[in-house]
Amino acid sequence: MLEIKNLHASINGKEILKGLNLTVRAGEIHAIMGPNGAGKSTLSSVLTGNPAFEVTHGEVTFLGKDLLELAPEKRANEGIFLSFQYPVEIPGVSMVNFMRTAINEQRKYRGLAPVSATDFLRMMREKKELVEMDNKLTNRSVNEGFSGGEKKRNEIFQMAMLEPKLSILDETDSGLDIDALRIVANGVNKLKSANNASIVITHYQRLLDYIVPDFVHVLYDGRIVKSGDKTLAFELEEKGYDWIKQEVEGK
Amino acid sequence: MAEDILHEVTQADYKYGFTTDIETDIIPIGLNEEVVRIISAKKNEPEWMLEYRLKAYQHWTTMTMPDWAHLNVPEIDYQSISYYAAPRTNNPKSLDEVDPELLKTFNKLGIPLEEQMALSGIAVDAVMDSVSVKTTFKETLAEKGIIFCSFSEAVEHHPDLIRKYMSSVVPVSDNFYATLNSAVFSDGSFVYIPKGVRCPMELSTYFRINAINTGQFERTLIVADEDSYVSYLEGCTAPSRDENQLHAAIVEIVVMKNAEVKYSTVQNWYPGDKNGKGGVYNFVTKRGICKGENAKLSWTQVETGSAITWKYPSCILLGDNSSAEFYSVAVTNHHQQADTGTKMIHLGRNTRSHILSKGISAGVSNNSYRGLVRVGANADNARNFSQCDSLLLGDKCGAHTFPYMEVNNETAVVEHEATTSKISEDQIFYCNQRGISTEDAVGLIVNGYAKEVLNKLPMEFAVEAQKLLQITLEGSVG
Repeated sequence: MLEIKNLHASINGKEILKGLNLTVRAGEIHAIMGPNGAGKSTLSSVLTGNPAFEVTHGEVTFLGKDLLELAPEKRANEGIFLSFQYPVEIPGVSMVNFMRTAINEQRKYRGLAPVSATDFLRMMREKKELVEMDNKLTNRSVNEGFSGGEKKRNEIFQMAMLEPKLSILDETDSGLDIDALRIVANGVNKLKSANNASIVITHYQRLLDYIVPDFVHVLYDGRIVKSGDKTLAFELEEKGYDWIKQEVEGK
Repeated sequence: MAEDILHEVTQADYKYGFTTDIETDIIPIGLNEEVVRIISAKKNEPEWMLEYRLKAYQHWTTMTMPDWAHLNVPEIDYQSISYYAAPRTNNPKSLDEVDPELLKTFNKLGIPLEEQMALSGIAVDAVMDSVSVKTTFKETLAEKGIIFCSFSEAVEHHPDLIRKYMSSVVPVSDNFYATLNSAVFSDGSFVYIPKGVRCPMELSTYFRINAINTGQFERTLIVADEDSYVSYLEGCTAPSRDENQLHAAIVEIVVMKNAEVKYSTVQNWYPGDKNGKGGVYNFVTKRGICKGENAKLSWTQVETGSAITWKYPSCILLGDNSSAEFYSVAVTNHHQQADTGTKMIHLGRNTRSHILSKGISAGVSNNSYRGLVRVGANADNARNFSQCDSLLLGDKCGAHTFPYMEVNNETAVVEHEATTSKISEDQIFYCNQRGISTEDAVGLIVNGYAKEVLNKLPMEFAVEAQKLLQITLEGSVG
């Protein structure tokens, strides 16, 4: 589904990703862990086309298409979804209006007619239940006045609405209490299928108790330096990242 | 770098920029007493009307252009403009006699003049250049005693009403542009709602400038007698021309005891091109008076057009317990300049006014809110609340707020709030990531920001206005 080869990217002239390789197939969950500043969030930004970052080298294909050629909104409509680490507030734009616009843009991109009002409202209701989201949140403006936990839950709600092929969860666990974490993780698990895939970026092993990854990768200094199964996450939790650093630098 | 994407949005052209190829009766350029006489003669006006014009003209020659606004107005040569242009038709009695080219023009603008095709519930007075082309539903309205006709017809058929109310709100000597208008105004609309009548349909005037090198000087007079109600809409467009065009209008509204008038404008005069060439200079005096107790006047405006806008729809709150509202969305893009706001003059007791102004600036434009709240010595318990918000798109545009308050009664409560915000690149990217293009994202955010005001517009207008906001701002982020 996703194939990243020798990816180099920089921001303001400073190279952050230095030759990253990663392959994600349908039905898989990949966890990406690593110390601060390793390039985890840069990876999610580059994959979704954030214009603040510049790709200097390498290639990324998504479902056979050259992803780096596509504008951010096209990548989204191709089926890539990012659950933002810090979702922004958009005052004055209601969640309903925002979601309907997003859904219809996606449908237009795929040659479908706009969703009918009744279908849309039914979808909203179903997906709200899935992430146990309060009605009053969807009646407000996008993220405006939401608590940290509510914002994260709103991200998963949008993911449920848009049914992406590849979801990237960027530190979705940060700032969540244990109940919110469980709800968010449940939402992610319910949406999992043989046809979609997820990249879960996280700092702590905690989230991986709820979302069980097929692969765990350690990102360090702009490269994936170690990959394994979920036991690698436990090892990292226990020993920290220093031994990885030593291993890499010792080579 | 992030700005680059914001620049990369397609540019939309002004949709109403076409011209109508029609024979036009146009008088030579220049302004003098003779020209004033010619205009009056062309309109077969009575002597009193000519005298009124000449008095205004004499006074105008002693006046100078105001320069206090936050505008950079180029020198205007008032002798290089023609003051009268009329599509050459012989005063059509019925629609069949109206030049098909004219009908086509208004159809193209979305204003069908055939009553059976018209938007249900809206009566239209269509004005092209200096004359009214057609007023629809006149007969239907007359059954209720409502007068809705062109200003020229009103001068001819309802001289008593005109003489009683014309210039009762905006005096002839009020300001440079109002005085000029009083001398050379050509047409416009007149509305009279009799006592106790609730006007059953929206009334509207659609102004269209077509001829080249002409000024448009129309005036509108609305009188709502006791216990009556009317909602009135005004729309305006002009062809895209490289030359600047002058538009100096007057709107006067008289609201009697217990009456209510809602006046909504969607102003979309040609704004000039991306480089600031061409466009309409819009210098307009709009003022209403709440004359009797409990009278209510509400101004709603969506200002997207014109190269320069100078406009302050105002209200004199004379009657006790009367109230006024001013809701405004003003958008400037590219090189547009707007200095717009309102004046609320509280004279009666327990009078209330509410101001909500939403400015949106993009490109290298300048957008100013200028508002005056004056509370007279006898206006016990006057109450005003003003809110002025500015939204900036990009970092080369300007937003300015000039609130003035003069309070001469210590029981008055006057409040002013202001905010300035910017559409951030993060907001745009967030929308992009949900599959929404930058253009649509800007439209969503701007319409969300302006929603409170747009909601005040009548339904049909609100939808149009939303689209218009989006079109006006296409290619503006950055």
